Amino acid sequence: MAALLSAAKLEAFYGPTQVLHGLSFDMQEGSITTLLGANGAGKTTTLRAVCAMIRTRGEISFDGQRIDARGTEDIVRLGIAHVPDGRGTFVHLSTEENLRLGGYTRRDRHAVAADIERMYEYFPRLRERRRQQAGTLSGGEQQMLAIARALMLKPRLLLLDEPSFGLAPLIVGQIFDIMRTINQKEKVAILLVEQNAAMALELADHVYLLETGRIVISGDAEAIRNDDSVRRSYLGY
Amino acid sequence: MNIFWEQVGSGLVTGGIYASVALALVMIYQATHQVNFAQGEMAMFSTYIAWSMIHAGLPYWVAFVLTVLISFVGGVVIERVIIRPVENAPVLSVVVVFIGLLVIFNSLAGWIYTYTIKSFPSPFPSQPLFGFRYVSPHGIGAIGVTLVVLVLLYAFFRFTPLGLAMRAAAQNPASARLVGIRVGWMLALGWGLAAAVGAVAGMMVAPIVYLDPNMMSGVLLYAFAAALLGGIDSPGGAVLGGFIVGVLENLVGAYVIGNDLKLSLALVLIVGVLIVKPAGLFGKTLVTRV
Repeated sequence: MAALLSAAKLEAFYGPTQVLHGLSFDMQEGSITTLLGANGAGKTTTLRAVCAMIRTRGEISFDGQRIDARGTEDIVRLGIAHVPDGRGTFVHLSTEENLRLGGYTRRDRHAVAADIERMYEYFPRLRERRRQQAGTLSGGEQQMLAIARALMLKPRLLLLDEPSFGLAPLIVGQIFDIMRTINQKEKVAILLVEQNAAMALELADHVYLLETGRIVISGDAEAIRNDDSVRRSYLGY
Repeated sequence: MNIFWEQVGSGLVTGGIYASVALALVMIYQATHQVNFAQGEMAMFSTYIAWSMIHAGLPYWVAFVLTVLISFVGGVVIERVIIRPVENAPVLSVVVVFIGLLVIFNSLAGWIYTYTIKSFPSPFPSQPLFGFRYVSPHGIGAIGVTLVVLVLLYAFFRFTPLGLAMRAAAQNPASARLVGIRVGWMLALGWGLAAAVGAVAGMMVAPIVYLDPNMMSGVLLYAFAAALLGGIDSPGGAVLGGFIVGVLENLVGAYVIGNDLKLSLALVLIVGVLIVKPAGLFGKTLVTRV
């Protein structure tokens, strides 16, 4: 089966500084893959590289097409939704306006309206706050809004950057449950960057471990979870 | 007392002009965090284009609509061709580009049309409506046109998907790209709209102050003061600021410092606002959580 997303010898740069050194990985349709690693390992950079938010070299392909030379707006329109670190909420706009913007590129107005309702089913807290200014929502609510907005694009691949960041464990649990549901019901592949290795390993099928811009371990999530030495040396628990 | 109401009346008329130009300034500022110093000269040039069409025999409102459309396209082209190459340049480089545009439009107008003052027709009847003596018929018409433009713009930004996308692109370009919005074209559209609004303002003020290449330099200064007073990132504030500055200018000129020094009010306002409350009356401070 051809990979949904694949990268070959991917390099990425912030200005003159090289941060990714020849990453090669791939993801299958409908799978959940997680990128783990310490701070500064290059996990967020990898997601940004996929979306062409930074300068890259090397090949990235999505659904058989090369995307490394395209702009962010075009890559997104191919079916990749990115929930960036920091949520990227439109803080001055209302909750519902944020969701409508998620559906901006879609033609069918009725389907978009129906999908907004579906997002409120997944995240009832957002329905309560639909007219509220998005910047006044709590951290957990903004994270839910960011995920909902990404889902409004009807993506085939969802890039999630540290969804647990700054959130209470209870909310993190809820969000991870919703991600599992979304993966199963909407058939959305998820590329997840997480500091919370334990939760990420519970959710994912496949794991890549990054260290200073290189992949050092790649394997089944189940296997890594059960491998004590890997967990202790790289994941700290 | 008659004089007072006359001053207030004509202050509202010119205030409407300032409000329109201030709104154009704020629209571009919100999207780019740059002040378009060439806004006035672009408006003046648009008014000359209208003048050429009227002089060639076109009916007023035909020339009006065509000028607005041409100005819109001109604004889009300027953004794509001149502003886009410097969008990531240091602030001073961008400011120099704007000033360059200002000088080019001013000189181009003078070269093509000469510096002789021209009269510009008003589309409104010369008989005072209902015997209302405090504001001229053109003045009332100008206020009306200003309000229509402002309402249309508000409705566009508030209720249409494209308006929502433009607001999003201005506030958070990175996130806007992540939902597929072509941010570059949103900026170009914003410039087009600002140029169109400026053209309307120019055509409304020209019958009052007569058309010459330096017609808008004073207006720009007042509009700048109005935008700062209202809050450089607040469209509603810019509009309110415009009317306040218009009325204040006339009252201060009539009762305090005389008409020759009226323009200094604008400068005093600019400096005063920046010292006392840089955010202006309605500049927003928003609560955001991480």
